[in-house]
Amino acid sequence: MKKQATSDRLFNVLVNLFLIMSFVIVLYPLLYIISSSLSHPTAVMAHKVWLLPVDFDLMSYKAVFSNKQIGSGYLNSLYYMVVGTVVSVLLTMLLAYPLSRKEFYGRSAVTKFILFTMLFSGGTIPLYLVVRNLGLYDSRWSIILPNAITVWNVIIARTFLQENITDELYDAAQIDGCSDIRFLVSFVFPLSGAIVAVLGLFYAVGQWNKYFDALLYLQSQKLYPLQIILRNILIINRNTPSMTVDVEAAMRAQGLSETIRYAVIVVASAPLLIIYPFVQRFFVKGVMIGSVKG
Amino acid sequence: MERLTLGRKMAKHWQFYVIVALPLLYFILFKYLPMYGILLAFKRYRVSMGIWRSPWTGLYQFKKFFNNPSALRVMGNTLLLSIYALVSSIPLAVILAVALNETGSKLWRKTVQMVTYAPYFISTVVMVAILMQFLDPALGMFNTVRNLLGKQSVNFMGEAKLFKHIYVWSALWQNTGYNAIIYLAALTGINPELYEAARVDGVNKFQKIWYVDLPSIKTTIVIMFIMNMGFIMSLGFEKAFLMQNPLNLESAEIMSTYVYKMGLINSDFSYSTAIDMINSIINIILILTFNKVAKMRNEEGGLW
Repeated sequence: MKKQATSDRLFNVLVNLFLIMSFVIVLYPLLYIISSSLSHPTAVMAHKVWLLPVDFDLMSYKAVFSNKQIGSGYLNSLYYMVVGTVVSVLLTMLLAYPLSRKEFYGRSAVTKFILFTMLFSGGTIPLYLVVRNLGLYDSRWSIILPNAITVWNVIIARTFLQENITDELYDAAQIDGCSDIRFLVSFVFPLSGAIVAVLGLFYAVGQWNKYFDALLYLQSQKLYPLQIILRNILIINRNTPSMTVDVEAAMRAQGLSETIRYAVIVVASAPLLIIYPFVQRFFVKGVMIGSVKG
Repeated sequence: MERLTLGRKMAKHWQFYVIVALPLLYFILFKYLPMYGILLAFKRYRVSMGIWRSPWTGLYQFKKFFNNPSALRVMGNTLLLSIYALVSSIPLAVILAVALNETGSKLWRKTVQMVTYAPYFISTVVMVAILMQFLDPALGMFNTVRNLLGKQSVNFMGEAKLFKHIYVWSALWQNTGYNAIIYLAALTGINPELYEAARVDGVNKFQKIWYVDLPSIKTTIVIMFIMNMGFIMSLGFEKAFLMQNPLNLESAEIMSTYVYKMGLINSDFSYSTAIDMINSIINIILILTFNKVAKMRNEEGGLW
């Protein structure tokens, strides 16, 4: 009996050690980024920042907020996120509802029709040509339409509707002469708050974070979403140390651009990271519905 | 008993067809119409002629790809990177889920879960920017620590042989918390009677994990494995593309970035489409094979 207790104690120690490690490894870089963004550039240049801000300073945030490109990118991304999410959720629900009803003849054919696109696709260039030929190139719709529906989300929504909209309810509505469209509007949508939230969050986060479509389909700077602007600021223009003679001035400029980059990272990620603890349960719910086979 | 003919059934529920019309139009326009464009792979595309009237070239583009040594290296890079990512991500996520499930304190579990889940919401662009900040030869924290320990700075992002490790480990940092959710859900769904039986048998906690927990979530693990297998060749364009620089390109070039460069930078639409098609076919073969293997080993194991 004693031996077993020892091994269980060892087990508990290992479990908690692993959790503490995971906690620190994930949290520390995030804290480091925030602290660097709030520190004075020279402190960052001198490698003085390790955990908390050193020589607290907001000048990098002032620089970020006065940057017009970031402002316009933010607004564009907000637009793509809101409009894109509404379009995507609506299309997904319109497809998931008939697929969840056995009265819909052609259900298995339609399911196969959409599942096939998960397995095989035309590819980047053929889709690019379609977008051009439809006249969507370099318009806001090119960001919203070509990837509006994710098949996986349709399956999640269908599974949810099958489990939550009962046959009894549907049959009763049928007897009362409720048409399929009216049933969708007056019963399915009002009873689907949870799944609409799940889908909305999945689509919204995807829309906010993606940049590939914008890279392919957008040419006008004024349409650029935030992620493209971020790529230009954070990745393409990583300035190599300048050749200025005044070493001290160059150092200061480099230090400021360093703290500015940290501030940009914080400003770009803050909205989702602040909102997510409040909506986390919807994500967990979505992942769980998705894990149900079938 | 009322028996309706097929036509009457369809007529009675005609509104379903109105409802699905718009989503189906989406699939036709943006999924099936591009499939017609695959003809490009067998042609030499001339913009002035359009897809149909451009001259046929047979398998020329495919031969071009397979005769090109750098193209084969790109395929190798893609496979290596995906398999590395796959075999490291699932075990780590399972371990995190088991640890979360075993810890006594609910508050502590919620806290760790919330923190480890957070990086999932960071965009790829920002993630790569963070890597560049931390791995910078002059200012990055990794090199600062190296210097403190008396070691030389390393240009991490410029080392071709380090690319795959940076790619995979940063993905582990970003996604393990998210990936653990599904296993944690499976673990909390285990029948308590199994635990009771194990307790009666006097097993210790290590044995409980090995004989009760892991077998119970095996199906979930296999499903996740197959699903990720299907994405092997469609390995994310975004992250690899952003991490690329002239110094690491020999190991950082993967199929999707190669397709993009051949097609939209070099404007060789036909060649790019052919490579995409090769990629798609490998993908299908992989997912069908693994689904079959999983089914052979376990009736419940397959995805369909």
